[in-house]
Amino acid sequence: MKSKRNIQHFFVHLVLLIGVGITAFPFIWMVLTSFKTAGEAMQIPPTIFPKQFLLDAYVQIVSALPFARVYLNTIISTLVTTVVQVAFCSMAAYGFARIEFPFKNAIFILLLSVLMVPGQIFLIPQYLIIQKIGLLDTIPALFIPNLFSAFGTFLLRQFFMSLPKELEEAALLDGCNRYQIFGKIMLPLVKPGIVSLVIFTAKFAWNDFMWPLIVNTSPKMMTLGPALSTLQGQYTTKYPMQMAGAVMAVIPIIVLFFIFQKQFIEGVAQSGIKG
Amino acid sequence: MADGKVKAGVPKRRAGKRQKKDWIAGYLFIAPVTIGLLIFYIWPFVQNVWFSFNDVNKFNISTFIGLQNYAEMFQDSEVWSTFGNTLKYVICTVPVGLFLSICIAALLNAKIKGTSIYRTLYFLPSVTMAAAVSMVWKWIYNEKMGILNTAIRAAGGEGHGWLTDPKTALFMIMIVGLWMSVGYNMIILLAGMQGISKSYYEAAAIDGAGPFAQFFRITIPMLTPTIFFVMITSIISGFQVFDVVYMMVGKTNPAYAATQTVVMLFYRKAFDYGYKGYAAAISILIFAAIMIVTVIQLIGQKKWVNYD
Repeated sequence: MKSKRNIQHFFVHLVLLIGVGITAFPFIWMVLTSFKTAGEAMQIPPTIFPKQFLLDAYVQIVSALPFARVYLNTIISTLVTTVVQVAFCSMAAYGFARIEFPFKNAIFILLLSVLMVPGQIFLIPQYLIIQKIGLLDTIPALFIPNLFSAFGTFLLRQFFMSLPKELEEAALLDGCNRYQIFGKIMLPLVKPGIVSLVIFTAKFAWNDFMWPLIVNTSPKMMTLGPALSTLQGQYTTKYPMQMAGAVMAVIPIIVLFFIFQKQFIEGVAQSGIKG
Repeated sequence: MADGKVKAGVPKRRAGKRQKKDWIAGYLFIAPVTIGLLIFYIWPFVQNVWFSFNDVNKFNISTFIGLQNYAEMFQDSEVWSTFGNTLKYVICTVPVGLFLSICIAALLNAKIKGTSIYRTLYFLPSVTMAAAVSMVWKWIYNEKMGILNTAIRAAGGEGHGWLTDPKTALFMIMIVGLWMSVGYNMIILLAGMQGISKSYYEAAAIDGAGPFAQFFRITIPMLTPTIFFVMITSIISGFQVFDVVYMMVGKTNPAYAATQTVVMLFYRKAFDYGYKGYAAAISILIFAAIMIVTVIQLIGQKKWVNYD
């Protein structure tokens, strides 16, 4: 009986490991290629491991594009988007979850309707707004529309609604005003929700592609995604350079993921439970 | 509720003042998001609908032309072919993705060691930048020097221009899409499986049901709400594929026409050629298609989704 179970487990692990191999291979290949010379990468048949682990491709990419600048743009855009969006969303979420005021539900439903519409619908007018206020090809263009999120508001509202009402009533009777209650009592209690939203937003902002591609077209103002596309066009056969760019583009989020993997995975796992 | 009313009844005048203060506080709290969404999403939605009835030229001057964009769209072979490619993408990736993610979730739901390490590794592709990993896959698929063809040649086969052959290119893109999404969906399905009460399995085991019978008679039926959720979200994101196609297939690629999705067409029309009115109409068509498919799903779910 026990040996039968062991054999079963062996096969389960075998299948899962094959899956892990397929999942991990592109990452491994990306890293290995990035340490080769262009000549070695194109050699037929190719080497699996680089003959020597060279940093040439990384040096080349930093000097070829305004890569440092692009990196900085992506960091700034991601930070601003995340901090401001989470701040705005938590405020609005508290307001919608806990305070009564006229037209509350009507406003909330109007905002939620944004979630039902695919993003392409907004792109042309958003672009024209940014153009009209003269911000095309600037850093603010990268993040302005992303500062406001219906999804984040909805997500955090759920967290505020799950808190007991008594907490707030007690504080109100003690003479605290709404702003104090929000900052000192409620906000610390929805920390898990805030962490989820921070992770989600940071990942989205870092990986975003179409919007930065549209608004910022000069190489100095790009973010990583569109810059990689330019790189691919300019250095068609410099595969180690392309892979070095890819490595540098995915590393920050992968590091973030390994630090917060529990929160990353739980945030996603919960998304299906209510659905 | 009743409790609150009694309390409010005692200091009546102060309650009124407090209520007004509360209104102001409420509006202040929601103001940034509400104003931002109105300016950057809700008003643009209205504008976009208006643009779809206009000819918007390169200087963004629009002229009302009624339904002309829509009429043109239905005769535009590019619209049909990109829609066809998108549908192909959705029809292939959604069932295959569901199948793979359910299988992996089921294996991880068995009592084995290392579940959390597997979860982490399978989830990894979904956090990475699509633009970056597309470049890696393009390199893997490379006709002359790619590792895929090298492996095939080493096994005695012949290399193939995976991304340049119109017959295979879209499938290769689907593989990348699946690679990025299977782990993500697996996590949602696994959470659903872990939410199924153990007592069902215990009762079934007493009745002599083996693991397969348990899987098909308990796990799958109990999981249908989660499967439905994953299906809907996968279909919606499948309709909007962009990054991977943009990165992997250039304009000079012979497989260009066979791989362009409808969002790619939208992007080219609006921002390469500057036909913003026409592109707006295309975006409305994408929206309509997603709505129709979603409504059909919501009606169809009554037949197979279990809400107990």
